[in-house]
Amino acid sequence: MSEAIAREIARSHMQVSDEIAIQITQMNKWYGTFHVLRDINMTVNRGERIVICGPSGSGKSTLIRCINRLEEHQQGQIIVDGTELTSDLKNIDKVRSEVGMVFQHFNLFPHLTILENLTLAPIWVRKTPKKEADEVAMHYLGKVKIPEQAHKYPGQLSGGQQQRVAIARSLCMKPRIMLFDEPTSALDPEMIKEVLDTMIELAEEGMTMLCVTHEMGFAQAVANRVIFMDQGQIVEQNEPKEFFNNPQSDRTKLFLSQILGH
Amino acid sequence: MKATSDPFVRREMLAPAAPPITEAGAVKWMRENLFSSPLNVILTVLGIGAVVYLVSHIAPWMLRGVWNAGSLSECRQIIEARYGEGVTGACWALIRERWPQYLFGFYPSELYWRPVLAFVLMLVAIAPVLFDALPRKMLWFALVYPALGFWLLWGGSVWVPVMALAGFGVGYVAAKVVQPLAGTILASIAAVLAPVLWWLFAAGPVAAALESLIPIALQEVRSREFGGFILAFTIGFTGIAFSLPLGVLLALGRQSDMFIVNKLSVGFIEFIRGVPLITLLFTASLLLNYFLPPGTDFDIILRVIIMVVLFAAAYIAEVVRGGLAALPRGQYEAADALGLDYFKAQRLIIMPQALKISIPGIVSTFIGLFKDTTLVVFVGLLDPLKGITDAVRASTDWKGVYWEPYIFVGAIFFIICFSMSRYSMYLENKLKTDHR
Ligand SMILES: Nc1ncnc2c1ncn2[C@@H]1O[C@H](COP(=O)(O)OP(=O)(O)OP(=O)(O)O)[C@@H](O)[C@H]1O
Ligand SMILES: [Mg+2]
Repeated sequence: MSEAIAREIARSHMQVSDEIAIQITQMNKWYGTFHVLRDINMTVNRGERIVICGPSGSGKSTLIRCINRLEEHQQGQIIVDGTELTSDLKNIDKVRSEVGMVFQHFNLFPHLTILENLTLAPIWVRKTPKKEADEVAMHYLGKVKIPEQAHKYPGQLSGGQQQRVAIARSLCMKPRIMLFDEPTSALDPEMIKEVLDTMIELAEEGMTMLCVTHEMGFAQAVANRVIFMDQGQIVEQNEPKEFFNNPQSDRTKLFLSQILGH
Repeated sequence: MKATSDPFVRREMLAPAAPPITEAGAVKWMRENLFSSPLNVILTVLGIGAVVYLVSHIAPWMLRGVWNAGSLSECRQIIEARYGEGVTGACWALIRERWPQYLFGFYPSELYWRPVLAFVLMLVAIAPVLFDALPRKMLWFALVYPALGFWLLWGGSVWVPVMALAGFGVGYVAAKVVQPLAGTILASIAAVLAPVLWWLFAAGPVAAALESLIPIALQEVRSREFGGFILAFTIGFTGIAFSLPLGVLLALGRQSDMFIVNKLSVGFIEFIRGVPLITLLFTASLLLNYFLPPGTDFDIILRVIIMVVLFAAAYIAEVVRGGLAALPRGQYEAADALGLDYFKAQRLIIMPQALKISIPGIVSTFIGLFKDTTLVVFVGLLDPLKGITDAVRASTDWKGVYWEPYIFVGAIFFIICFSMSRYSMYLENKLKTDHR
């Protein structure tokens, strides 16, 4: 109980500014002839924490992967931090260096040590001197509570540890926005908590976060807004309490009843 | 906290009792590995039988061998005198007398120090490439070595290899100049085009001019005088050094989304792999002359090396492509998401992993390449196996000798190929980081 109250208090400190971090207007995407994303409109303010949920195949991954251009959209506009995503490589690089991404399967680089995983992008993309990059990396490893693993290889870590390394790796680039694509769904139950705790801490520091997840507890604890997607559309979005207690559309109700196991 | 009477604590472990004899040492090992089942027993007996049969036939012949003799007939006399009428033995005296020819071909004997020095320096040059415990600064020597080795082997003006090296400097400068003006793609084109133009049109005259100003030259040795193992090494090692980077580029080309690059790579790889190496070598020795402007004297060894490089590169490209295909998509995505551009992602993330997976295939290709250097005999070069052996047997002293030279040459090839294979296993072990 007291934990929940502490969370509530922490949450009131999480500031959402008026500044727009991500603006998506009338965005459409096709895979070949398959229409995956339809007329997506969405604005994310700086400091906002958004959870995206929906049934499998509804296009959640595709949507957040469009935000750092791992997928290309065909219609409409995506503006990230004031930079519009077009085929212009300069813009793409700029956006990617400001947007961190955490994947379901971690995607750590298995041939590099944990420390090298963390310092690679700062050194080669940001041109940070190695010594400074090492310090930053150790700082973030401390934050995700595994500084002692710095010189191991990813294959020697547990899933939960690997995912925390992946989060730290993104943070080392000092991103202004973090994207999470089902960060806990490849993990054993006992490891889910350690990763969620890391994410909650990040949220409490005011990071702008977009998170695809089915962890409804997490959504209730930290999200400002929950977005429900189905068949490539944003069906409904609301502040978490309202979203869970008072869903509007039938599809949302059905989804929630399935996922919450009523 | 302390208990009134100290509890019993064992200070020394009891020595374990010896296991029963059937569970220990050699007996156990043999039972498990040689006689574990009826089939295993049969195979063990047959295998040992085969080895005994072979050794009992070959070893005495080799051991009866004679090292000191001036001709084959002298060898035979000595053996018959020693072991009796009709007994045969190896005539190693041939190798004792002719080994310089096997190593150097018809390279002028007063200049033997040059290939020897080139060989030693080659070992120095490849050492830092093979073993990363050595200081990284030594890699600079590895980069300069091709020009130095060339100069030592062929001689001539020092300015020719220096100007050849300068081509890379020209490429670097061109890229640096073009980059801010026209972007990365044009800069990469300039980085390739400028050196090629330099080598074709400027390097020769500039080298000649410098030579007349500051003459530094070694006595020239013509390619036709090369033979034996220096020929095999020159072709083999140059082939290995250049086919790997070319193969990697071809593999990337084959993966590329750019239509022309992709189709050219596929066409090249499939064409080269579809044609026997000998065809390429004949092309090198005969046809190339028709295509080149008349009067160009394009060295035969250089032509052969180019063909061998192209041939091996096509195979390596396919091996590397297999390595690339084995990498999960997530690796590319993570590299992209971190903001690494294509070249950095390839260099830092993709290639190190793909090459690691491909090590056995790449080394197999290298071993094949090295052994294939003996095929140059078909274009009139004196390879150690047939070229030199035929030359040796043409002398009256050694007419009729058969096995000994092949065993000798085979043994040297084996040592080198076996070392490569061992090195590849060492490397695989060293790079093993997945711990799964
Ligand atoms: N590369 C692709 N080519 C063609 N179709 C694809 C591709 N990637 C995804 N799809 C299809 O697009 C749809 C949306 O996929 P997406 O991965 O975004 O779903 P998701 O909501 O993330 O699902 P999940 O919860 O299972 O991860 C799916 O029907 C999928 O089959
Ligand atoms: Mg998904």
